[in-house]
Order: sequence, then structure tokens, then C-alpha cells
Amino acid sequence: MTIMTEQEIGLAAILFFLGLTGVLVRRNVIFMLMSVEVMLNAAGLAFIVGGSAWGKADGQVMLIFILAMAAAEVSVGLALIIQLYHKFKSDDADSVDKMSG
Amino acid sequence: MKELLWLVVALPFAGALILALTGKKLSRMAVAIVGVGSISLAAIIAVGVGLGFLHDNPSGAAFDQTLWQWIDVFGFSPRIALHLDAVSLTFVFVVTFVAALIHLYSAPFMWKEEGYARFFLYMNLFVGFMLLLVLADNLILLYLGWEGVGLCSYLLIGFWYKDPANGYAARKAFIVTRVGDTAMVIGLFLLFTNFHTLNIQAILIAAPDAWPVGSGLAVTTAFLLLGGAIGKSAQFPLQVWLPDAMAGPSPVSALIHAATMVTAGVYLIARTHVLFSLAPVVQSIVAVIGAITLIMGGLAALYQHDIKRVLAYSTMSQIGYMFLALGVGAWSAAIFHFMIHAFFKALLFMAAGTVIWVMRDEHNMFRMGGLWKKLPVVFWTFLVGACALSALPLITAGFYSKDEILWLAYASDKGSAILWLAGIIGAFLTALYTFRMVFLTFFGSAKAEPTQRPDIGMTIPLVTLAVLSLVGGFIQLPANMGHVTLFADFIQQTLPVTVIRSVGRYTELLAQLMAGILALVGAGIAFKLYYNKPFPAAVPVRNGWQRFFYQGWDIDQLYDTLIVNPIVFLSRIDKDDVIDRCYSGLAYTATWLNGALSATQNGRLRWYAMVLAIGTIITLTILYYP
Repeated sequence: MTIMTEQEIGLAAILFFLGLTGVLVRRNVIFMLMSVEVMLNAAGLAFIVGGSAWGKADGQVMLIFILAMAAAEVSVGLALIIQLYHKFKSDDADSVDKMSG
Repeated sequence: MKELLWLVVALPFAGALILALTGKKLSRMAVAIVGVGSISLAAIIAVGVGLGFLHDNPSGAAFDQTLWQWIDVFGFSPRIALHLDAVSLTFVFVVTFVAALIHLYSAPFMWKEEGYARFFLYMNLFVGFMLLLVLADNLILLYLGWEGVGLCSYLLIGFWYKDPANGYAARKAFIVTRVGDTAMVIGLFLLFTNFHTLNIQAILIAAPDAWPVGSGLAVTTAFLLLGGAIGKSAQFPLQVWLPDAMAGPSPVSALIHAATMVTAGVYLIARTHVLFSLAPVVQSIVAVIGAITLIMGGLAALYQHDIKRVLAYSTMSQIGYMFLALGVGAWSAAIFHFMIHAFFKALLFMAAGTVIWVMRDEHNMFRMGGLWKKLPVVFWTFLVGACALSALPLITAGFYSKDEILWLAYASDKGSAILWLAGIIGAFLTALYTFRMVFLTFFGSAKAEPTQRPDIGMTIPLVTLAVLSLVGGFIQLPANMGHVTLFADFIQQTLPVTVIRSVGRYTELLAQLMAGILALVGAGIAFKLYYNKPFPAAVPVRNGWQRFFYQGWDIDQLYDTLIVNPIVFLSRIDKDDVIDRCYSGLAYTATWLNGALSATQNGRLRWYAMVLAIGTIITLTILYYP
């Protein structure tokens, strides 16, 4: 059974929106970071599908970039989360809305 | 001797300068010596200059004295130069002589007032500017004097500045005359653009060649100059400031608002007579304005109770006669009446001032009465002035000057029976209000006692002017009464001769008889109505018509309704400046947008993500469904 390109793209889209929904509805920053990772991987999947559809290696190159960037992002993100917890004793993203315009 | 002309102008300015620099340190006596001395010296030199001029220039050729170049830019090069001819010599003589007498009178009159040095400083400055005005050889220097006397008038009306009403009267005088001055300045601009010079003689020579009679430019220019003249001379419709100007001390009213400054308009029209001859329409307007003002002033004077306001309306009315004379081309008659009027009106104002002074600031004639025994010198001089003002026939100078105007208002080529009728009605009114004033002030039962005696310095000017008010007329007698034309011959060296149309042989005698009889009848009616009548010692109760005339024909109220109130209304609406609102609107919009944008920076991470997502969706939608 061959997998259609459209179905693969659809899977990537579903994953992306699952991740986006996670970012929007979750208040726990660790879960938000995880949702962002899901979105990144959805994007990576889309690149792979594109690369295989056109028979080119560019998509796989982009995935390597995205993985490297995701590693960096996670390290920065986790550092920020630790600082947040130090300061506010909470992992709730809404607890830091102290800016008032 | 005539080379000393510049000293006549310089001395009053020098007096003013000394008083301005050292006035606070000088004693009252020293102030009086500087103030009175400078003007008296100027008067003596003026007599010498006049004699020298008559001796050297028997044919009346003008004498010019250039002092220095004032401005020289792009062909506009007025000089500080003096021009002496018959007309300006007459004015210089009257101004310095009357001013010297009034200064002498002021010294005791103002002795107890605060600001003694300030008073003489302003008075000297005024005389200096007035002499500059009448001697200027170009219109821009004349205008400097013109505005200078306006300034001094403002300062002196508001001399007792602690009362806000006096300050209001001063501002009113300044602003109303400014209306006329604006017109005059535009007239000067017109003259300069057309002739490229403001030298009066050059303009008078060039104008008849450049402008045909009745051409638009000539009419416009003459009309604008007339605007300046009626503002300064308190003629209809800019006469409203003069009665209020009586807020100043009495010597100020005598000098500025009777003898000299208010006749500057007469001088201006006589000086630029060629322009008015080129614009016959405007010249007849001059006559009509004079006729209207002389009747208006006469009727208003009839209902006043303040002795100085009677004289103020009377001054308006008498200057109306001069305008009437100018309007019918009776140039020398106008100047003659100016001179005689300066004598008797300065006398009347100073005598009235003395009465007010001895009665401790009592202006209401109904509270005086019975003064003729207590103040004999003041009474007799006042009576002489009153006779001259009401032109009682044969004995007074006022009769000869006014009779000449009345006669020429009918007999000159521009005259008419209507102008003559207006003049003769005015003459009747003049006699009526003048003797009403005499009988109310000096006869009847005494309602208050005088509290001080007039000083010798106050009576000398009164007596001198009283003598002049009687004999001053004999230098110019009508054709059928001796036919002396000394004054007319002298003035006609400078100003054109009045053209007389042919009239019947006895018309002049008839006109003289009517004028004389009406003056006597007016005095008689005043005797009947006001002599020894028991009036209550208070402001009289007035009915509607009387109040209308008392308030000067309600012209003030008319202007308040038409001009002052709309302007006040508009400025009240525009209190916050409508134009400024546009700019503050911009600032408000920017601040509001700033608030709206900064409200989105609320620090909620999920809100930012949501906005990003929505933004992405909108962008994609636009890209796919353009």
C-alpha cells in the first residue's frame, strides 16, 4: 500500500495543530515547551514529505537544521523555565503576566 | 531769526526729556519751571520766527529747514525737515501760545496732585509732537507727530489711572482714533506707490497732472485721508471717544481735546487740499459730515449735566463747522475758526476747570449755581468765552469766524442752502446750550460754597484768552462791515481762494442778520428756561428722548451692539482657540493609539501565541484567496 503525499501532509498538519492547541490551552510551561517540540517535528515531517515527493535531499537537510535548532531551543527554554520557577515558585505561564501595557 | 524754527520743536521735547530723566528728584517748583518754561520759550521763539518769516517772505514763499536725513532705502527717503508757510505758521502760533497759557494755568491747578512731573512730561511731549505734526514737510513725519499726539492724549486721559473708568476712557480714545489712523496709513501707502515720495509739496504739485478730477485713485486716497481726519477730530461716525476723554484733567481737555489735537484733522485736510479738490465727491462728504456732526453735538450738549461734557460736545460741534468750511472750499474760514475756537474753547475749558477745582471735583452744573459773585474773574471770562462760542453779533470774535463759515456754506460754489440751514440751526443750538451752561453754573441759588480761591497763575491765562476772544475777530471782517481781510490774505498765500457764486446784493446782510438774531434768540430762550429757576441739586431725571440725546444719540450703544458685542461673543466662543484644537487633536489621537497598542503588551505568553496564530491564519487566507 502506497502512502499518498496528501495524506502525509495531512498528518503533518494534524500534528502541527495538535501542537498549536497544546501551546494555546496549556498553562504549564513544560507542557507548552513539549507542544512547541511537536509543532517543530510536524514542520520537519512536512519537509521530509516534500523532499521525497520531489526526489531531492533538501528536505532531509532542513530536518537536520530543525533538529539542531530544537536542541538549542530546548536548552534555552529549560533554562528559562528553571529561572521562572526560582523567581515565582510556579510553572504557570499566566503567573508572570505582570506587564501591564 | 526764522532759522531758529527747529528750536520751537526741540524745546518742548527737551523739556520732556529733562522731566523724564530727573522728574522724580526735582521739586515741584523746579518741575513747573522746566515744564512751563520750555513751552513759553518755544512760544517766544515762535513769535520771532513768525516775524522773521513775514519780513523775509512777504509773498508767502515757504521756508524749508532740513535737519537731517531720516531714512534712505530703495528710493524711500523722507527727511526730518520742517516746512513753514502761512498755514503752518498759524498753527504753530496758536499751538505754542495757547499751550504756554495752559501750562501756566496747569502749574497751580495740578499743584496738589500726585505725578506732577509726569503730568508736565506728557504735556511737553504732546506739544512737541503737535508742532512736529504741523511743521512736517513729509507725510511720514506728519504721521509720526499724528501718532505721538494720539499717544500723549491716551496717557493724559488716563492720567488718574487708579480709577479703572479713566483707563477705559483712555483706551476707548486710543482705539477709536486707531480706526481712522489705519485708513490714513493706507492712504499714505497709496500716495507713495503713485508718486514715489511722501513730500507734501511734491505730491500737491504732481497730483493734478497724474490724476484727473474725480478719478478713482484720487477719490480713494482723499477718502482714506478723510478717515484719519474724522477719527482725530471726533467727527461723525468716529466721534464717540471725545466725551469720554473728559476723564482727563481740565488743562488736558483745554489743550488736547479743544484747542490743538482735535483740530489736526482740519489741518490734514487743509494741508492736502489739492487731493480733496481732485475728489469733489469726498469734499462734499466732508461738508456733510461737518453739518451732521455740528447738529448732533449741539443737540447732545443741550442735555448734559456735566459741565465738561457740554464743552466736549460743543467742541465736536465747532469742529463740525470747520469741516463744513473745508467741505465748501472755504479754506481760510476753516483755519480762522480753528484759531478763534482755540482761544475761546481753551478759555471755557480752563474756566470750567477752575470752577470744578474750587468746588472740589464737582462736575454737575445742577449742584453749582450762584457763583458769579464769588468768582468774579472766572465768571466774566467764562461769559466772554460763552459769548464768543455762541457768536453773539459784532462784539465777539466767534461771530466773525462763524459768520464767514455760514456765509460761505451758502455762497461758495460748492455751498448750498441746506448746508447753510444746518449751520444756522447749529448756531441757534450753540447759543442755547452755552447760555444754559452759564445760567446753571453762575446764577440761581448757591448750592455749594467754593472752598479755595483761584491762583493768579490761573487767572492770567483766562484774562489773556478772554481779550483774544473779543478782539481776535477784527483781523477778518465781512465784506459789508469794514471788509478787513488780513487773515484771509495771509492764509491765501498757501491755500486757494474760495470761489463765490453770484448772489443777490443783500443776501449776505440777510444771512448775517439771521445768524445774529438766532444767536440772541437762543440766548434769550436759555434765559427764559434756566435763569434763576429752582432746579433740584442732582442729576436731572430724563425721559426717553432726553436720555437718547444725553447719551450722544446712542451711538455708543449702537457700536456696542454692532461691533463690540459680536467680537466679544466670537472671542468667547473661540476662548480655547479653534485652530489649536486641530493640533491638540493630533496629540490626543497619538496618545490614544499608544494606549491601545501598549495594552496588547500584557505579558501573557499564550496571548502572544494566539495573536501569532491568528495573524498567520489571516496572512495565509489573504495569500490563498486574494
